[in-house]
Amino acid sequence: MNIQAPIKTELTFADYKSDLKPVWCPGCGDYSVLSAITKALATLQLPREDVALISGIGCSSRIPAYTSVYGFHTIHGRALPVATGVKTARPDLTVLVAGGDGDGFSIGGNHFLHACRRNVDLTYIVMDNSVYGMTKGQASPTTESDWTGSKLTPEGPGVAEFQPLEIALSAGANFIARGFSGKPNELVKLICEGINHPGFSLIHVLSPCITFRPEQREYKSMVHDGFGGFGFDDGTPDRREAFRRLMDDDGYSCGVLFKGNTPAFKSPTAAPASLADMERKFAL
Amino acid sequence: MALNSVSIALTGSGGAGVMTSGQVLVDAAAKAGWYGLMARSLGPQIRGGESAALLRLSPSPVQAMDDCYDLMLAVDWGNIERFASEIPLTSKSIIITDPEQGDVPAIMLAKNPIVVPIPLKEIAASVPQGRVNMVALGIVAALAGVPEEFCIEVLAAALKKKGPEALETSIAAMRAGAAHADKVQGVPKLDAAVKTDKERWSITGNEATGLGVLRGGVRYVAAYPITPATEVLEYMAPQLPKLGGCLVQAEDELASINMVIGGSFGGVPAMTSTSGPGLALMTEAIGLAVASETPLVVVNVQRGGPSTGIPTKSEQSDLNIAVYGLHGDAPHIVTAPTSIADCLFTAQWTVYLAEAMQAPAILLSDQAMGQARAIIDRPADVAFIGQRLKPEMTDGAIDEGYLRYKVTADGVSPMAIPGMKGGEYTADGLEHSPRGTPSTQAQHHQEQLDKRERKITGFDYGSHWAEIEGDGEIAVVTWGSVTEQVREGIDRVAEAGGPKVKLISLRLIAPALPEKMAAELAGVSKVLVVEQCHGKQFTKYLKASYTLPPVVQTLNRPGPLAIRPYEVVAALNALAATSA
Repeated sequence: MNIQAPIKTELTFADYKSDLKPVWCPGCGDYSVLSAITKALATLQLPREDVALISGIGCSSRIPAYTSVYGFHTIHGRALPVATGVKTARPDLTVLVAGGDGDGFSIGGNHFLHACRRNVDLTYIVMDNSVYGMTKGQASPTTESDWTGSKLTPEGPGVAEFQPLEIALSAGANFIARGFSGKPNELVKLICEGINHPGFSLIHVLSPCITFRPEQREYKSMVHDGFGGFGFDDGTPDRREAFRRLMDDDGYSCGVLFKGNTPAFKSPTAAPASLADMERKFAL
Repeated sequence: MALNSVSIALTGSGGAGVMTSGQVLVDAAAKAGWYGLMARSLGPQIRGGESAALLRLSPSPVQAMDDCYDLMLAVDWGNIERFASEIPLTSKSIIITDPEQGDVPAIMLAKNPIVVPIPLKEIAASVPQGRVNMVALGIVAALAGVPEEFCIEVLAAALKKKGPEALETSIAAMRAGAAHADKVQGVPKLDAAVKTDKERWSITGNEATGLGVLRGGVRYVAAYPITPATEVLEYMAPQLPKLGGCLVQAEDELASINMVIGGSFGGVPAMTSTSGPGLALMTEAIGLAVASETPLVVVNVQRGGPSTGIPTKSEQSDLNIAVYGLHGDAPHIVTAPTSIADCLFTAQWTVYLAEAMQAPAILLSDQAMGQARAIIDRPADVAFIGQRLKPEMTDGAIDEGYLRYKVTADGVSPMAIPGMKGGEYTADGLEHSPRGTPSTQAQHHQEQLDKRERKITGFDYGSHWAEIEGDGEIAVVTWGSVTEQVREGIDRVAEAGGPKVKLISLRLIAPALPEKMAAELAGVSKVLVVEQCHGKQFTKYLKASYTLPPVVQTLNRPGPLAIRPYEVVAALNALAATSA
């Protein structure tokens, strides 16, 4: 008898990429995020068929088709509910969600709040460039209130910036981190940690739009490791401490902010019954 | 009147407990062997508003409301003007009123009914802890001839958790009421119940809808509460985990429909339930389900619209949004149950259709049948179980070159489910190539539009697309909850020796099936359309979608006033007299 042991083939990051060419501009931060996601999947050796990557609408939301896992490019603002549906119906799958700041924090803002507090085991990667790129450069929720770069708001949006991390922490997200597309290896680490952490994980990624926000090229000199003087990996499980660190955040701190201990959302279970049992309840 | 029946209205302020009395009465009558139904008319108040239990009991199966009420018992007269028109009376009708509650309002005396004063509250007070609604139950049960033993049996089951004392109190109050029943004369007597071995059910339309979608295979529900659809969800919530499924309460309807899309993408047959405002919020996402070919069912229990409208009362005015509400060319399925009992069949069938065609299906129920309870013969088991076409797998993997949106002869393409190796694809609301790759090419748009249309219009819907009865030169074309009143109207015309009338009640609203309709309308020269809608949406839809005979008349009215059988009779007689 000559039984061959099955050959175990390691999946490389390239195995998680599709053959499609992204629609992104040359120099877009999203290329590195795509690369980081595929590297994280390779690091965790997740079978492609057991991963679902769900997105909304916008430049960064094009990302699922550039991977080789199951994907769903949904509609503007609704990536989180679709992903919630996938994960609650199919808890066996690893579900990632990706999109931009407009998709996630403006049109999808309510879903963001409730995804944080529902704490379904999802990993949400937001590629934040503080601009609507696909519609050619309008102010987003994270745009500075005095940014005058858009014809739609020539005097600037005049609205205080949305604070994704503060809001995620307030609303109950269980893992909160920030990365930078220009530091892909650190980003891979954050994504892996987010996937492994139970419940809802937010990975806020500074991902420059060099077409409409060329000044974001400077992100690379502005980012620094750790929140509130702590190191990149020094996330705290204490919400009070996490809030304190956020108060000192200049918006460019990178690393893990918060690692909570809340158990992930679980649907109720019940002893099995048949449809016939249920029908009998109506019988006179 | 052809059908031996008695119609009873129990009214009172919310919290007076008339709904409980009505429910006990209809279930007790059922145990005694009769059939019946109970509709509900409610005000908007959470507590303390007006409410009416509207019952009809009969020895024969009955799911339609009669022309008027034989007996009305008012525990009090609070806000009666808000729903007096929903309780039509005649000079033969009897009103039981508590003198302590003041004079019978003039609005109720317009038809000169017989008024019988009975001191309901005083009788209740004679029993320690006695409640007026149990006194009312006692009187009405005695008058309808429902034996006391059955009322006690139903009460015992209902009060099981409250203990034997609560039951004794209720029985005492009921008996105290029954002792006054002899003051009332002239309530129609029901013929004896026909003994039968058939299993019978007591079920509401919303429960039947919930059970139907479960039978069809739905195991994932995401939803947001809304009147009058919430009971569908509340019924399903505890059932789903027993079947290995789950229900998630969403933050709004935008979330619920998108969660349903996610669940179905994950391979689990999925649905949500809502009413008009919720459906309006969902329409963008339903378009995504069309484009991404994700099967799902949206139950819309219609209420008065537009906007917040009349949330607690019925109307059939969401037909347009259900049929035409999606942007772009978006072929999908719209169905409608034809009765309380049919909610079960239609819901199950709708899941089957959605899954078979990988398309969204909107089921249009309404408040009148959703919140009404009927005693029905146990519906037959049907074989419709949702079955999605999935790709063939060899050695645990889908063969290479899998195309999610492959252009096929019948338009349905095998759908890979996450977990299936080799089937990885990206579903998209962007127009796409057969592989699923976003595409702006004219050819891809044309062939995917063709494919999505073909799978809906070419499907074999069998005989279930409509309920069709009788034959004649006149046909009534109708839909939804008014069907039962139409059926009774047609029966009365026939019994009176009037013209023969054919009934066509559409269960499949969209797509339209012109060939099938043409075959049914062969030999029909006049059509009466009956709908509970101010804007005649159904009539206009029929005219746009079908070739109808030259004479088409419509009997229509907005909610909440039910269309009564006598109105159908009058409309049919008028139509018969019209020259073709």
